[in-house]
Order: sequence, then structure tokens, then C-alpha cells
Amino acid sequence: MGARIHNLNIKLWIREGRENDAFRFPRSEKPLTGFSRQITNQNNAMREIESGEITEAVRKMSIKAAYMLGHDVMEALEENLKKEISPTGREVLRQLVENARIAEEGLFPMCQDTGFAVIFVELGQDVHVAGGDLNQAIHEGVRQGYSEGFLRKSVCDPFTRKNTGDNTPAVIHIKIIPGDRIKLTLAGKGGGSENMSRVMMLKPSDGKTGIMDYVVQRVSESGPNPCPPTIIGVGIGGTFEKAALLAKEALLRPLGEPSPDPELAAMEEEILERINRLGIGPGGLGGKTTSMAVHVKMHPCHIASLPIAVNINCHAHRHREMIL
Amino acid sequence: MPGPIRLNPPLTDEDVMKLRAGDQVLITGILYTGRDAAHKRLVDLIDSGEPLPMDLTGQIIYFVGPSPSRPGQPIGSAGPTTSYRMDAYSPRLIERGLKGMIGKGFRSREVVDSMVKHKAVYMAAVGGAAALISRKITSCEIVAYEDLGPEAIRKLEVTDFPAIVVNDCEGNDLYEQGIEEYRIA
Ligand code: SF4
Repeated sequence: MGARIHNLNIKLWIREGRENDAFRFPRSEKPLTGFSRQITNQNNAMREIESGEITEAVRKMSIKAAYMLGHDVMEALEENLKKEISPTGREVLRQLVENARIAEEGLFPMCQDTGFAVIFVELGQDVHVAGGDLNQAIHEGVRQGYSEGFLRKSVCDPFTRKNTGDNTPAVIHIKIIPGDRIKLTLAGKGGGSENMSRVMMLKPSDGKTGIMDYVVQRVSESGPNPCPPTIIGVGIGGTFEKAALLAKEALLRPLGEPSPDPELAAMEEEILERINRLGIGPGGLGGKTTSMAVHVKMHPCHIASLPIAVNINCHAHRHREMIL
Repeated sequence: MPGPIRLNPPLTDEDVMKLRAGDQVLITGILYTGRDAAHKRLVDLIDSGEPLPMDLTGQIIYFVGPSPSRPGQPIGSAGPTTSYRMDAYSPRLIERGLKGMIGKGFRSREVVDSMVKHKAVYMAAVGGAAALISRKITSCEIVAYEDLGPEAIRKLEVTDFPAIVVNDCEGNDLYEQGIEEYRIA
């Protein structure tokens, strides 16, 4: 009896969790949509994926991310080049568009800081990773990609500052989800913009206004350092570490796609408008294109807390995803 | 907007005094590279009264840690790095005759004061325009501290290297003026 009640509670809890997710993060933001066919696995068979395939995917993504700027970012740069009123600002944007084209030729990565490899794994619960440790497979992919792609190794010991030599270890975030596929997302995070990012525990009474003020203030104080025009990831709620993760996940959304939650979408628009009134501009040299997008993600938080995280990404927005 | 100003280091006081915050420049000639670790070693040498690996008089230091070079290319991607990490060291090098620095981001009060006092200039290259900048670098040779890898001091030959004057020797600051001009209160 006790066990049954316990089971029932778990089921209820899961269902509530799902409903809550569905409310906050409608379909388009849910992991692995489009694979609903695989989600019901009637014969309970595990799908086998060789760890070598994971290494290969990470290797390819590391290189591609460093040389090929996403269409969404390229379009945003070109769009802003048309709208920018500062002559210096236009010159900076012109250089960035040309830079992306040169990088595409495959000789020079778009930026010399080719980033810290952050890998998000959405692992279907019906997947069996065969032939080796999933984590090691990812590190190996980073190692191969950064070496073969002539990418800079930018990972070191925090105390001695000695370089690890191969850009590993990667930072890996694993989420188990329904289904029999693996979605891998790689973010090559530059140091300049990461250094301007912050987590802050606001007071609940600070509310929405306090949140928006904090984001705008953070961007204002960062000035030219994160290589504007930037993309701003904002994580609201959860706990201390959840807020930071939400902010980083928010950066993964394609540029120009608003939050599926209308309230958050309105907030994104309002924050972006306020940021672009700051005058920082491209390269921080004055102008109206300080950020190209603000992406917000939210999660319920403790009654005593209001955590907020601001993760700034430069225009070298290196994001790639692959589904195995 | 007037066309870009051409600079050919080594720079004289007169060259520097003509530059104003906001000027676009194209540099042709020699640039030295350096980041925090190399700067620290240079200042340690000055402190112990030993000679520097290169003569700084009139020279420009470019704050950069390039990505590895492909075979057949003089250098990998080579965009500017954030300058504030060099703030503790730059005034010591400016005293020794350094005339220009290229990086990205704010400088400290001490660096700005030192530039005014000794007639030096701070320029920004476009952060993240690294592939474009690499195309302007025709040769690259390590002159000191090979053990520092990407942070070793390199001597670059550049042609039409694009930069924008941020701090001139009269104390003007484009980061402040530019923001002031385009801010909507
Ligand atoms: S912040 Fe981004 S664009 Fe700027 S140097 Fe770092 S990686 Fe490159």
C-alpha cells in the first residue's frame, strides 16, 4: 500500500512537472520535438549508438562552428548594417560581415578565441551508448576538432594557468529525455564575453522591473569588452546554478525567434530596446547596435529568492547541433 | 567622414599628436604582439635593469594571442584581445618609449594618464574581426618567450592593418564620446 501511494505520488509529480513545462516551454522549445515517433518505443528495445559516432559529431561541430557563422547571425549583422546610424559603427559591422565571409573559406577561424567547448547532450532514455564512455567520447571529439581545425587551445589550470594543450576538458551538460536519439549541441564560448556574464540573487520585491534593470545595467557596464553587437541570454528563477544554465540555454535559440511565452517575448523586446538606447554600438565605439537579440528563459523559484543570470555572447556566436 | 590615416611605425611624438579619438587608421610596417604573460616578463626585466628583447622606442604593441597557423600561412586568426589585463604593465612600457597599443575594451585611468604624459595612443581593432585582420599580416616571427605559445612575443609585418583611435594623447576617449553621442536618454 505504502509503495503504491508512493508510486502514485511520483506519477502525479511527473505529470505536474510535464504540464508545467508545457505551459512555460511550448513545443518549439522542448527538446527533440520532431522525434515523437521514436518516443514510444513499443518493443522496449534500446537503440545502440557507437561512442565513435559521438566523437565524430563533436569533432565536426567544433570545426564548423569556428569557421561558419550561422545564417541567423549573418542575417542579423547585415540587417543591422543597414540600420546603423554611426559611421564608425557601420565600419565595424562591415568588417564583421567581411570577416565571416573570409572565415567561411576555411583558412582562418572567425575569431582567434575559438572558445571553450560547452556540449549539451539530450540523451534519449532508450539509447545505449556502446563502445566506450560517453563523456570521453565527447572530450575526444573536442580534442580532434580543435587540433585538426587549427583552433586555439584556450583551456588552462585555474591556479598555474598551464594550458591543458588540447582544449579539453569540455563542459558537458547531460539531460535524459524520452526517445531513442541523441541531440548534441556545441557552443564554443569566447572568454571576452563570458567574463562579462553574471549571476545575481535579486530580492523577490525587485520583480520584473528589477530583472530588466539588472540586465540593462550589466550590458551597460560591460561596454566594449564582450565584442558588441552581442546576444544576451537571460535566465530567471530556479536556483543559483539553474539560472546560469537557463541563461546559457537561452543563447542556443536561433536569433530572432522570440520566446514562445508571450510575456517573456514582450520582456525580451523591451530589454533589447533599452539596451540599444545605451549608445554602446558595434565594437563599443558608439552606435545603436549594441545587442542583436535578448533571449529569456524562466523557471519557478523558491519563495524567498529571485535568481537571475545574464550570459553574454559576442557576435562570434558559435553554435552547432546534430542529432544522432 | 575623411579617409583613413596611414601610419608607419616607428611613430614619432608628432605622428601621435596628429591622431584624434575616432580617427580610422591603416597601419603598414611592424607591430609587436604581447598579452599578459609577456607583459609581465618585460616589466620584470625593466625592474631588474636588464635589456628588453626589442627596442620599444616608437613601436606599437598589438594585444593578441593568435590561433595556430595553417601550413603556408604566416599566422592563424589574429584579432585583438581585451586590453584591461595589460593595464598594470602598459604605463611602464610607455615610459620606455612605446607609442601605440592596439586591443579592445577600456583602459584604466593610469594608462590614459600615462598616454597623455608621454604622448602615446591606444587604438581598437574590431574584436572578433580576426580572419579579416589575419589577411593584413604578411609575416610573423617569434622574437621572445617561445615557451608562452600563443602568448609569445611576435614581430608582425602588416599592410593596411585597420584600427580606430580610442584614446588620443589629449585625453579624449572614443568609448565615452561615442556612447555619449548615440545614447538615447
Ligand atoms: S568575445 Fe567573442 S568575438 Fe570577442 S575576442 Fe572573444 S570570442 Fe572573439
